[in-house]
Amino acid sequence: MRATVLVRPKPGILDPQGEAVENSLRQLGFAVEGARIGRVVDLELAEDGDPDQARAELERMCEQLLANPLIESYEITVSPR
Amino acid sequence: MSPEPRPRIAVIVFPGSNDDGDAALALEGLGAEPTLVWHAEPTLPDVAAVVLPGGFSYGDYLRCGAIARFAPVMSAVTRFAAEGGLVLGICNGFQVLCEAGLLPGTLRPNTSLSFVCRDAALVVDRAETPFTGRCEPGQSLTIPVKHGEGCYFADGALLAHLEATGQIVLRYTDNPNGSIGDIAAVTNEAANVLGLMPHPEHAVDELLGSSDGALILGSLVDSARERTPVPA
Repeated sequence: MRATVLVRPKPGILDPQGEAVENSLRQLGFAVEGARIGRVVDLELAEDGDPDQARAELERMCEQLLANPLIESYEITVSPR
Repeated sequence: MSPEPRPRIAVIVFPGSNDDGDAALALEGLGAEPTLVWHAEPTLPDVAAVVLPGGFSYGDYLRCGAIARFAPVMSAVTRFAAEGGLVLGICNGFQVLCEAGLLPGTLRPNTSLSFVCRDAALVVDRAETPFTGRCEPGQSLTIPVKHGEGCYFADGALLAHLEATGQIVLRYTDNPNGSIGDIAAVTNEAANVLGLMPHPEHAVDELLGSSDGALILGSLVDSARERTPVPA
């Protein structure tokens, strides 16, 4: 089973990286009104088990390590191998 | 009169720590007996305090301090703190303590996105902690900062709680990184764990431009000495 975790800065959290990229895109002439930068984690899960169980496990991974719940939200997608 | 006892203070060394030597040297000069402890150690030696030094532990992968908190020695540091042991985290050490949940809040990239390396002007908000006993409330200090991710963040509710409980110990008067509330140092509620972004170990002699860092580290040494059992 494969999983993809998207980690994003929560709304309202200042994202200076996103601002810098937004400004750079504007300088290149693109009509950009906002940019936020997060992180993608692609995971190969060891066992092809129950997707619900896998999802619960992935949520624990996010809470404990992959995201900082104080400032980041996460989105989990599970797909078969 | 016998000389004052030298309290033993552990300085944790993670892969990527680079201020462990300076921290140990500064503590020794202030009357402590520093002992370097490798991150893979499962236990702490018999010490009166622990310092987590600055640097780039585990290459700052994922988030600063996020991987270091899983080092074997961190379980021992967490137990030590839970028993009321004194723990000081400097710069990367502060980031590690936040990631480990030993301190509230978190540290984010500087709002300027630039690495800042300069003297920071600070004011002491709280002098009655084990880390600021040699300071006066409202005292101005000059201690250098050098970091890319020192922007302290706490959400509105947490910030109000920190203000109400007096957990904010030092504030910048010329905020170098965008920290909320100009926060440079915070403690846990019991005030036995402190994290700060400025580097007191780099300001312990006038030759270094300031000796104000000695007030912080000296306070820690004083507090550690009080906790060291006096030999019969």
